[in-house]
Amino acid sequence: MVPITYYLLLAAALFCMGMFGVLVRRNALVVFMCVELMLNAANLTFLAFARMRGDSIGHVSAFFVIAVAAAEAAIGLAIVIAVFRSRGSVLVEDIRTMKH
Amino acid sequence: MNIELILFGAFALLTLLSAGMVIFARSPINSAMALVSTFFFLAGIYVLLWAHTVAVMQVLVYAGAIMVLFLFVIMLLNLGESPTRGRPTLARLAGGAATVGLLAVLTITLLKLPQGASAMGPEAQASFGTMATMGQVIFTQWLFPFEAVSLLLLVAMVGAVVVAKSRI
Repeated sequence: MVPITYYLLLAAALFCMGMFGVLVRRNALVVFMCVELMLNAANLTFLAFARMRGDSIGHVSAFFVIAVAAAEAAIGLAIVIAVFRSRGSVLVEDIRTMKH
Repeated sequence: MNIELILFGAFALLTLLSAGMVIFARSPINSAMALVSTFFFLAGIYVLLWAHTVAVMQVLVYAGAIMVLFLFVIMLLNLGESPTRGRPTLARLAGGAATVGLLAVLTITLLKLPQGASAMGPEAQASFGTMATMGQVIFTQWLFPFEAVSLLLLVAMVGAVVVAKSRI
């Protein structure tokens, strides 16, 4: 059987890749995708610890994370559409003011 | 070398490769397609962790619903490739340094953890990760958070319609 540490290391690597994308990418949509990567890394950690402890609560937590990610994607993409309508760009450095 | 380790290695490698493509692809469409494959490979890893129900939900909700939303928005906004001028190198360096630092801290911490998984009897093994077990936990211990999440999804639905409709 695969040691749980391997799964946790994979989750850490995935989280760090998501964080790098959030810090470096300029397109707001790609930033959102990188946030999804980070959420998935958190899910993987929940599931790995659920397997480690033989406890289903980790699965339930992952289920809630998926539901919250769905809500976050819906609202976030709606905001991206609204920003694109008012400014004609989705690059994060073009979005500097709350109102204009 | 057992089959589980080989499968884990293959899925982990493919997951990290597709995640890299999400980050480094020029066009948002390519990022989105790489993200879909990341979700599929992660679902494979979830199955290796005996989380079958979560793996199915991952494919249905993430690779299905959320990615359709992403692709729809990309096509609606008609986004092409991102312009060639990158962020200032300083920002990139700082981002890279922060990422490497976090990865180092996480790796050092995780390597100190105990390795093994809990031994489960055959009966617990058969029911672990199934819809029945999860439903039992959700509808007894976690009923209030479950209802709160349903309310959250309703609010998100109304909010998405309102925000995307009106001019801001």
